[in-house]
Order: sequence, then structure tokens, then C-alpha cells
Amino acid sequence: MTLRTDITSARADFPLIAQASDAYLDSAATSQKPDCVLRAVDAYYRESNANVHRAAHKLAESATDAFESSRATVAAFLNANRNDEIVFTRGTTESINLVAAGLAAGLAPGDEILISELEHHSNIVPWQMACQRSGARLVAACVTPGGELDMQDFRAKLNERTAVVSIGHVSNALGTVNPVKQITQLARAVGAVVVIDGAQATAHIDVDVQAIGCDYYALSGHKAYAPMGIGVLWGRFDAFDALPAWQGGGEMIEHVTIEASTYNVLPYRFEAGTPNVGGAVGLAAALQYLRSFDQSALRKHEHDLVAQARSGLAQIESIRIVAEPSEHTSVVSFVSSAGHPQDIGTLLDQQGIAVRTGHHCTMPLMQALGLPGTIRASFALYNDQSDVERLIKGVEKAVTFL
Amino acid sequence: MTSLDDIRDSFEFFDDWEDKYRFLLDLGRELPAMSDELKTDDNIVRGCQSQVWLHSQTETTGDSATKKLVFDIDSDAHIVRGLIAIVLAALNERTPREILDTDIEALFAELDLLSHLSATRGNGLRAMVGRVREVAAQTETQSG
Ligand SMILES: Cc1ncc(COP(=O)(O)O)c(C=O)c1O
Repeated sequence: MTLRTDITSARADFPLIAQASDAYLDSAATSQKPDCVLRAVDAYYRESNANVHRAAHKLAESATDAFESSRATVAAFLNANRNDEIVFTRGTTESINLVAAGLAAGLAPGDEILISELEHHSNIVPWQMACQRSGARLVAACVTPGGELDMQDFRAKLNERTAVVSIGHVSNALGTVNPVKQITQLARAVGAVVVIDGAQATAHIDVDVQAIGCDYYALSGHKAYAPMGIGVLWGRFDAFDALPAWQGGGEMIEHVTIEASTYNVLPYRFEAGTPNVGGAVGLAAALQYLRSFDQSALRKHEHDLVAQARSGLAQIESIRIVAEPSEHTSVVSFVSSAGHPQDIGTLLDQQGIAVRTGHHCTMPLMQALGLPGTIRASFALYNDQSDVERLIKGVEKAVTFL
Repeated sequence: MTSLDDIRDSFEFFDDWEDKYRFLLDLGRELPAMSDELKTDDNIVRGCQSQVWLHSQTETTGDSATKKLVFDIDSDAHIVRGLIAIVLAALNERTPREILDTDIEALFAELDLLSHLSATRGNGLRAMVGRVREVAAQTETQSG
């Protein structure tokens, strides 16, 4: 298969982008879906729908095949060692809750869980709950004023009491790419379990769980061109296999009596109830779509857009770019001394430019940076230079109102 | 402060969003700032993004049976201040009954600003209007 190098042609693949008059610059919140994903989900329900793993009829077999082959696609995408290391969830939030609940059972007072100030609430609150249950203590490494993880502070807060390290691969608010490989090496050296929140990484940078060396990796399909309601928790087999079961129900059991049950093997032990097969099929189609592009052309396309946005915005009176991390994805967060982020967001909305304003579910990060929130523009493969130009012109105009 | 009639008249003449938002921002600039002592946690209306503070007191006029409510409301966002000015033009220094009888949604619909009252905007306006009505209802029961 020849890889697509002309990224600008991708715009036509997305019905909601191709038909829209507005500039959609909120892909970090959720991405739009290409035709091939919509068709894959549609075809699944038209041609293969049945409950999985449960019946001896042909349809059930075809549904099970679709589900398991999606699992294999995800495993290949993440460079997992085995397909049974892939558990389907509703998304990153559910994935982190699953692993946090499981690990909490093995934690005790005196243990520490190390996160960072850059985290999304989804990578904070489940750990607070794990601490409440176990008596462990939550510790957060600081962010630098430039929007990067302060590695010196991370090292200082990492010690032999650290039982878990959970860090985002990419910050959703700032786009900062964290050095997860180095973080993992440091954490594993003190014997900590390493969880990586990959929600913002999947669609934008290379993800190779074996190269990172972490124990768990969480992601959301909807941020990577797949439907909402499907996500993944990858776990290194030996770690994952030892994790206590989470939700109970059908599919996750081996044998049930009224007195007690024995549980199924990985990955089914963590997939209680009827899974989102259509979502898994859509996720596999999305990952295949992502991989149909020449990856370096794709990265360059997004990188050029955000570089153009960053330099254009920085020249506007009263605008300050919030972070200049040395490595970042296609996200730019900024503030204006002339008004609240929400003022700018409303004035951009009036001009048909969709950005996100506010705290981006990262309140501790905003507190650390001393900001009430930011305006965030995030780009995906379907955006082009005209979107960036609209953003810059739109912000130029918005600040004249304030 | 600009009266509700003046606001209605002005809105009739706007033919694009730009005039409308410039006017809203002007309304916001005219809105008296709340003193810092009143910007307490207790007075915060939980929005999502922008902060809104609300303080109320009752004012008894000549006829002691009819209490009026006087509101002091402020925000850290300019457009929200403009929207507050409209809410105050409609509800400030009115009796609790008058407040409860006023349909703010209808007013915002008439001015084509209804989307600002929606929960997804997270500007605290919806919660603020709710709080004003709550205060009115409480005052009415107390004096009723
Ligand atoms: C970094 C990060 N982590 C976690 C999440 C939560 O993802 P979801 O809402 O899909 O579960 C998000 C989504 O905004 C995110 O950006």
C-alpha cells in the first residue's frame, strides 16, 4: 500500500469538515470522523451485528471476528506484545479508573502516587479516590513557567515510597509532550508501576508501548478519529494479569455459583457486560486510516499549522502564548491581557471559529500558572492554512472589541 | 444605567453581530464594579469558566409592605458584564413578585442572545439568573 503524502486531501474525507463553513479548531476536545470510520460502523450494524463470544450462530461468529480483529489492530498500532493486553473501555477516563481501582487494592498508608500538575482531571481524580480507599498519598510534580514538566521536581518527588507514577503523554491544555520514556525509566528504577495517559498522543505522535516501557497506557478513540464511547487500556501482560478484577458481570467470569465466581482470563476479565463492538470496529478503522498516511508528512502538516498559528498569534497586541514547550503537538494555548478567555472565545464563535476556552479540565495546571483559563486552538490532520489564517484574523478582530 | 427600553431600542437597529457585541461590551463598561469586599466566596455564583459574584439587599420604600430587591452583580469577563447589565435592567430594584413574574428567557430570545443562557456556555449567567429568582422567592416567603 502506498502511503498518502498529500495531507490536505484529507479534508474531503470528513463530512463535518468538508461541509462546514466554520473553522473547527477544537480537535483536542474531540476529533471529527472520516467517512471510512462512519462506513465501518454502519457496515458492522448492517452486516455483522450480534452479541460476541456467546452464541454458536454465524452472525455471532462474524461479530466476534470483527471485535477480535479490532483488538489485533489496536495491539499492532500500539506495538503491544500480545492481543490480550488490549482491553476495550469507554475511553481514557474509564481506563484510568480501572487501573487506579485495581492498584488501590495493593496500596497502603505510606505509599505515594506521583502525578504532575499538568494532568487532566481524569488522571487526578481516580488517583485521589485510590488514595481515599488505601491511605496512600497523592503527590504532584510541578510544571515549569514555560509549560513543561519540571523534571528536577519530578526526580525530587520520586522515591522508594512511590508505588505508582501516572503521567500524561501529551498535555491537553498546552500540547506539551512529556518525556515518558525517561519518566518510565526513573519510575521503574524505584519499583513504581507506570501509567501513561495517552488521550492526546494517539492521533498526533508515535505511540509504542514497548519503546516507552510503561506498564499501562490509556487512550480514547474519539480523539483519534474514532467514535465516542470506545477507548483502550493496554497493560503489560504480567502486570495486567495480576491486577484484580474491576466491574463484575457477564463475559468477565469463568464460572459462577451463588456462593462465588472464578474469573475469566485477560482481556475478558476487564470487559464485563456486552462490549461496544461497533465502537471497536470504528476504532480499528480510524487507526488504519491514521496509518494510511505517511507519518512524517502527517506530523509535518500538523506541526507547520501550529507553528504558523503560534507565530501569528504572538504578534497580536495583548496576546500571550501560554507555553513554549520544546516538544509539543498541534495545540496552542493563549491569553489576552485585554479580556477574559471567554470574551475572546465568544467573539471567535461569532466569526465562525470554534476554539475551546476555560480550564480544559486542568484546574490544578491553571492554578499553577496563575491563569483563570486559556483560549486553546487545536489542529488535526483535516485543518489547513486557511483555518490558521482565520484564527489569526479572528483574534486580531476580537481584541479590537475589548 | 441603560434602561431596558433603551436596550430594546438599540438592539432593533443592529444589523450585524459586531454592533451588537460592541454595544454589549459598552453596557458592561457602564456596569458599576462591585467592591472587592463583596467579592467573597459566599457571593460567587458557580459558573464554569468566568466568575460571577452576586450580592443582594432589600430596600424598603415608603410603603413598608413592598420590599424591593437591590442587586450588585459582577464578573471577570467583559461580555458577561454586558449580559449582567441586561439582566439588571430587567430585574434590579423590583419587588420579589415582579422578579418572579419576569421571563428572562423570553427577553434573551427577543434580543437573540438566548445561547448565552445555555448551560454549555458555562458563563454562569444561567446560574446567576437562578440565584436572583431564588433570592426573590425567599424574600417573598419571608415577608408573605
Ligand atoms: C489528557 C487527557 N486525559 C484524559 C482525557 C479524558 O478523556 P475521555 O473524556 O475521552 O475519557 C482527556 C480528554 O479531554 C485528555 O485530554
